[in-house]
Amino acid sequence: MIQVEGLTKFYGERAAIRDLSFTIEKGEVIGFLGLNGAGKSTTLKVLGCVLLPTSGRVRIDGYDVTRDPHEIRKRIGFLPDTPPLYDEMTVQAYLRFVAELRGVAPGELQRRVDEAMARTALSDRRGELISSLSHGYRQRVGVAQALVHGPRLLILDEPTSGLDPVQIVEMRELIRQLKGEHTVLVSSHILGEISQICDRYLVIQQGEIIARGTEAELSTQLGSSGAVELEVRGDAQLAVSALKAVAGVSDVTIAHLEGGLAALRVVTAGELRAELVRALVAANVDVLRVDRSAARLENIFLQLTHGKA
Amino acid sequence: MKNIWLIARRELAAYLRTMSGYIIIAVMLFIDGLLFNAFAIPGTAKKSSEILADFFMLTSGITMVGAVFLSMRLIAEERQTGTLALLYSSPVHDLEIVLGKFLAALLFLCLFFTATLYMPALVAAYGKVSLGHIFSGYLGLLLVGATGLAIGTFGSALSKSQVLAAVLSGVMTLALTTAWLLGKITDRPLTDIVNGLAWWGHFEAFRTGVIHLKHVSYFVLVSFIALFSATRVLEARRWR
Repeated sequence: MIQVEGLTKFYGERAAIRDLSFTIEKGEVIGFLGLNGAGKSTTLKVLGCVLLPTSGRVRIDGYDVTRDPHEIRKRIGFLPDTPPLYDEMTVQAYLRFVAELRGVAPGELQRRVDEAMARTALSDRRGELISSLSHGYRQRVGVAQALVHGPRLLILDEPTSGLDPVQIVEMRELIRQLKGEHTVLVSSHILGEISQICDRYLVIQQGEIIARGTEAELSTQLGSSGAVELEVRGDAQLAVSALKAVAGVSDVTIAHLEGGLAALRVVTAGELRAELVRALVAANVDVLRVDRSAARLENIFLQLTHGKA
Repeated sequence: MKNIWLIARRELAAYLRTMSGYIIIAVMLFIDGLLFNAFAIPGTAKKSSEILADFFMLTSGITMVGAVFLSMRLIAEERQTGTLALLYSSPVHDLEIVLGKFLAALLFLCLFFTATLYMPALVAAYGKVSLGHIFSGYLGLLLVGATGLAIGTFGSALSKSQVLAAVLSGVMTLALTTAWLLGKITDRPLTDIVNGLAWWGHFEAFRTGVIHLKHVSYFVLVSFIALFSATRVLEARRWR
């Protein structure tokens, strides 16, 4: 769906992004993470055919952004960091205008607009002036304009910014529903806001991609994350020595001990959960719970961005 | 074509639904009426056609100044509020954006022209003027308005704020207005060129009831250059 090779964008002397390369498959939901000023918006604007790259190749659906921007524009829906709304229009008139602008046939116009309003829960606000809407509703109109013409690729730049917790949950639910039908690229500077809805993440820092992968892959990219939490019943000391005997285990600590139950924390190099359980069973210790101690995504993000800053 | 009309329609609706456009036209009408009373009508033994010619002269100046203010928001406002990204990310050519905006402003300006019709009507009621003279004058006004709006569109394309857009376009139209001052200190071949740049020199024939192709082409050419430049500015802004 999207192929980006060596994408670089200069604003005057300053490089906003340099030498970005990534590919996105059809139907994926990709999270684009980075602190403010990391280059997220610039990258998304290039993909949205708003800005032209200084160098590098960007292909969307087989079309090149510099050579066939029009073909791409027909296939994408773009929500910039500030929703591009005309305050003096009503929600419905605005969406009709956008749909027409993006080439929706006159016969389909009303159906598409109704559908977009239904998906974003705007149907009962259709006659209201955009200037009278609250921030949350404005953001929804922004998403509605991006999907009104049924694009294959949706580019949403910080759709959750400035929303309250309830609205964030609603926005996440909306993005989840879009999955499958559309390929979605969604950016945020707050990881928690888009965690769990993305198939993969790209972490960008000072214009460069510093990490990529699924939530689990990102956590294993960091040394501290090969930790496993176990709950066992039986002799705790016996369990500790059995675990230490497993090759690849660097540290075992007893985190909690109560009434014959012990919570253990094991630091390993790589994925060793199966080996750990086997060793415990062989030592005649009952295993009640095995958990990968997933370093919370938020921590990973902070570590990644601070480590390179 | 369809996109031009689509953008023009939305822009015109924005003019009609917000106050600023009406206020500008109201001020233009007020000043026009005032000047008409103060300068066009008085005078001993003035012919009706002379009053009409004076009316067109006054109105052309007001049209030029008004065009600067009417057009300042066209592109600068979209850049300010971020809606330009919507047009940029849609399958629309930059030329279509520029032409649509220009067309909307021109149609709105026609509201002003319509509202000034009572003045020539008064002259016609109390004196004797030919319809051809009125037509020629209004054609001239339309061309002056188009030129002013085209320059204003260019200024608006260059700027981030409406104030800056008005200042830029104001400077450009002022330069076109006062070009003849430069003609006073230049030598022969250059003098003709500099004098030819001043727009009111080309309006002179229209206000006295004469339509001349070379004067029509002047306004068309200046408008074309300004709109073309505005399009290039929009294109260039994608690179930075």
